Amino acid sequence: MTAIPLSWWVTVATALFVIGLYATLTRKNAIAVLIGLELMLNSANINFVAFNRYITPNQVGGQIFAVFVIAIAAAEAAVALAIIIATYRRRATVDVEDIDSMKF
Amino acid sequence: MTEQIIFFIFTLLVLGGGIGIVTTKNLYYSALFLSLTLSGMAGYFVLLNAGFLAAVQVVVYVGAIAILILFAIMLSRRMMTADEPQTNRQTWLAAIVSPLLFVALLVVVLQINWPLSTAAPTGDTLLLLGLSFLGSYVIPFEVISVLLLVALVGAIILARDTSTDTGRKG
Repeated sequence: MTAIPLSWWVTVATALFVIGLYATLTRKNAIAVLIGLELMLNSANINFVAFNRYITPNQVGGQIFAVFVIAIAAAEAAVALAIIIATYRRRATVDVEDIDSMKF
Repeated sequence: MTEQIIFFIFTLLVLGGGIGIVTTKNLYYSALFLSLTLSGMAGYFVLLNAGFLAAVQVVVYVGAIAILILFAIMLSRRMMTADEPQTNRQTWLAAIVSPLLFVALLVVVLQINWPLSTAAPTGDTLLLLGLSFLGSYVIPFEVISVLLLVALVGAIILARDTSTDTGRKG
């Protein structure tokens, strides 16, 4: 057993998730919203790997899911930034409050 | 004891970077704080006996995603000016809801008695990971490869400047 209790990892992951949520909810810039999303995905990764280490130390299921999360985050970041660049070229803004033509 | 000190150092990096992301007004600094947080995460993975993930974290997150975000910020430079407000009207609401969610999640999660295992961790995680990726997880592995390919092709098509396209119409 390591010297670090599992609850520390869970606390850090929760704090990082809440910080990411705050960034996502409050920022006006679409890129800053994306940064908040990356923080939330990373906090999920801490949980995956920590529970893998503390509950099933001789298997790697949690680490495999963390790899999947990283791959999906890479795909998501690429598509999101492409959309932001295309929107900026067409409308000269990356403010999510101005991009509301699909709002009901 | 040493592990705890290392944990605190990396926590300082991760949470300090996170706080920096939400407090700084300059978006460029936000992205740099993001790479600080992501580097701290790589240290976490080493502490959790996941060396391969630490390498992947540095290569994919710090090396690719953070740099991609920096490029996107520089390409849409107009919003980078720090003199206009960077937050929207629901800031106060989010400032109330986020700490409440933090406390609520912690209260729930810390109550649970997790079935902790005291078995020694495997030394060679890389071997196990490789066997799993080409064994029981081969279908998700292939699906994620196709997803990445589709996403990158889609990103190129979305970001392409069609007005200067002199090639044949497609």
